[in-house]
Amino acid sequence: MDAEIKASSPGLGGRNWLRLGSMREAGLIAIMLALCVAMTFASPHFLTWGNFRAMLMSFSIEGIVVVGMTILLIVGGIDLSVGSVVCFSMVVSGALFLMGLEPWTASLLGIGASALIGAVMGFFVTVIGLNHFITSLAAMVIVRGLCLVITKGTPLSLFTLPPGFKAIGQGSFGNVPYVIVIFIVVVAIFDFLLRRATAFRKVFYTGSNEKAAQFSGIKTKQVKFWVTVLCSTLAGFAGVIYMSRFGAATPTFGAGMELNIIAAAVIGGASLNGGSGTIFGAILGMALLSVVTSSLILLDVSVYWQDMIKGCILLAAVSIDHFLHRRKS
Amino acid sequence: MTAAAILEIRDVSKSFGAIKALTRVDFTLRRGEIHALCGENGAGKSTLMNIIAGIVQPDEGAIRLEGKNVTITSPSAAQRLGIGLVHQEIALCQDATVAENILMAAINSRRAPLMNFRRLYADAQKIMDLLAPIPVETPVADLSISNQQLVEIAKALTLDCRVLMLDEPTAALTETEAQRLFAIVRDLKARGISIIYISHRMAEIFSLCDRVTVFRDGRYVATDSIASVTPNDVVRKMVGREITQLYPEKLSPERRTDRPVLSVENLSYRQGSAGVSFTLRTGEILGIGGLIGAGRSEMVQTVCGLRPKVSGSVELNGEPVSIRTYSDAVRAGLVYLSEDRKASGLFLDLSVASNISALDLRKLTTPLGLLDRRAEAKQATDLVERHGVRMGGIETQVSTLSGGNQQKVAIARLLSVGPKVVVLDEPTRGVDVGAKVEIHRLLRDLAERGVGVIVISSELPELIGLSDRVLVIHEGAIVGELGADELTEEAIMLLASGLRQQQSNARQVQNVA
Repeated sequence: MDAEIKASSPGLGGRNWLRLGSMREAGLIAIMLALCVAMTFASPHFLTWGNFRAMLMSFSIEGIVVVGMTILLIVGGIDLSVGSVVCFSMVVSGALFLMGLEPWTASLLGIGASALIGAVMGFFVTVIGLNHFITSLAAMVIVRGLCLVITKGTPLSLFTLPPGFKAIGQGSFGNVPYVIVIFIVVVAIFDFLLRRATAFRKVFYTGSNEKAAQFSGIKTKQVKFWVTVLCSTLAGFAGVIYMSRFGAATPTFGAGMELNIIAAAVIGGASLNGGSGTIFGAILGMALLSVVTSSLILLDVSVYWQDMIKGCILLAAVSIDHFLHRRKS
Repeated sequence: MTAAAILEIRDVSKSFGAIKALTRVDFTLRRGEIHALCGENGAGKSTLMNIIAGIVQPDEGAIRLEGKNVTITSPSAAQRLGIGLVHQEIALCQDATVAENILMAAINSRRAPLMNFRRLYADAQKIMDLLAPIPVETPVADLSISNQQLVEIAKALTLDCRVLMLDEPTAALTETEAQRLFAIVRDLKARGISIIYISHRMAEIFSLCDRVTVFRDGRYVATDSIASVTPNDVVRKMVGREITQLYPEKLSPERRTDRPVLSVENLSYRQGSAGVSFTLRTGEILGIGGLIGAGRSEMVQTVCGLRPKVSGSVELNGEPVSIRTYSDAVRAGLVYLSEDRKASGLFLDLSVASNISALDLRKLTTPLGLLDRRAEAKQATDLVERHGVRMGGIETQVSTLSGGNQQKVAIARLLSVGPKVVVLDEPTRGVDVGAKVEIHRLLRDLAERGVGVIVISSELPELIGLSDRVLVIHEGAIVGELGADELTEEAIMLLASGLRQQQSNARQVQNVA
């Protein structure tokens, strides 16, 4: 028995999550590769850098929001307000810029305001004791309302943003847009931290069994509070990048975004019951949805079909997962 | 006198995927007997119950009820045949009334579009009255656990019930509640109901049952009349090897010391109640007995900083320590094992290694805030090897382990911080006999190495077999202390039920007068 233990413990903790997750990730990659190969034959435009850059661009900024959502799902929460918060961050930063603030300062304040929304939600969840679903549903509506109030319902035109600031969303290193670089850096940092940092291990403990975590001396309310704040902060960060990219702040932007984000995280293996999920998986989920969308466009399928097909993919992914879990237990 | 068989199981096998749960087992239940079914976890007891109750179908074999071959296709078919199963866990709709719970199946199959509450209450009361006078209009949530257990039994009973199966019905009950249940079970037997009784507790089986059948690894081992076997015989058959000693040697008198590891002074854990004081000495295992709800868990949780204390002080090895949160307690070397392994003990979907690390992450954290995975793996490997956890490796998901091994992982977590005092709340609940012996052995080893050990147990034989000294709690206060030579079930129960303390109070009053 001793030998058995030694053989199977290569000195890496957290491997279990990785292993359980990596089956899922390998599956996603396989599906995506198959889809890519098929599309390469079906459309000459598919396997081009232009198309890949477009696909990457399309999910890069949302991908930053997915990172926060995945961590929140792991702790056992959910945030329906991310779409509104992305917009809120754009609108607040944009309005402050129009009031004469430096765009960088305005953006920081916008991100700070988003974090504050997260803190308020975290307060209601941990101190008042409401659940994440209802709290964030209320926040989604309230924050959207705030966006409309701030802008009086009309888009803010921000064409006066200095080129240096616009570059974040529009510039590139040679062929690679900054947006993609930012996305990859954010994903790499949080993927690493989630797997390796002690603070994030507490997120898994809390999401897996909150009571057991408390009986291990972990302050689970604090953990949930800060993860809620992190999710909103990352949404705020994404909002600022959108502002730089579009040079405008539209008060209706991001409506429905939360569903896409949650779908991506869940396809990537995050559990709505908490305790499991990986950022890499969630990003693959996002990428799969993006490849599908791009394929449908290239195949000239009407845009009206897209949402329906995305929904079916979500349902299939979750069903397969449920089936595998049931088989295991 | 040999009564005729009411239920016969012949050559029944059942596989789940690659796992053979039952291999050609036989089982005969005689009319009007209480028949114990024993075996370690995974021996196939529950599978057999589920087959008889129509929840799963056997792959092969025959079931004969009163001499006729029957096929039991569903739980409602079983109920029509007069067969009822009471599951181990209470699964009632807490917000519904007792009547609605008892007759849930009947309501479901009734065709009437509207509920006839008057008839429902009348019918349910008839069944409930077989057991205890609980008003059936009461919402289940208002009942005590033991009364809820009775509602579960009422649910399985029908007015023409012939075979009743009880799966560990006393697991959540205190001794007095269990005694009341036994009286009810005997009464059901007197009414001609034949009963299959699953339990891990030998004392229960030997006081209640007529015959005992043992299963091991999905196979039938033996059936004996209770009068012709001893508890040790049954345990030996269950584990398939000789367990010479159920409980480890106690602390010998010459090794006894008066050196306290933990002293609790005047600790008040309920607003307005008097404080409790007690001392745990080096080398001893201190048992804490009392009824469920007497405040045993509350008391030790308060000592460990898991609940706010009203007043009082704690000393570890003679040094006063300030414990406001559980983290303070862990840092001081005082750790607690919660009683409900699944709900509040373990992270079932995480690995063995990460379960063990949870108590002290700081120790495993590098200066950069990252988790030192090498140290984590080493700690986990050392601890599971030392405590004989049987599993694939430290990355195994805890939910796949047996109850005994899960419990060892939970204990390994406590030991990961090198504690001075370990407090264990029901350390062997739901653990099979073999693992139980190992856990007891482990606790004794700890005590011998100078770690203070406090054990709360509702199982009196365990409390008596394991402890060197027992404190008995009644309504939040320590009402008595029993040394190793005074430990009997009777002595503990007298104190736990508050009987003996009243006597001694009376004596005090007389003395004063």
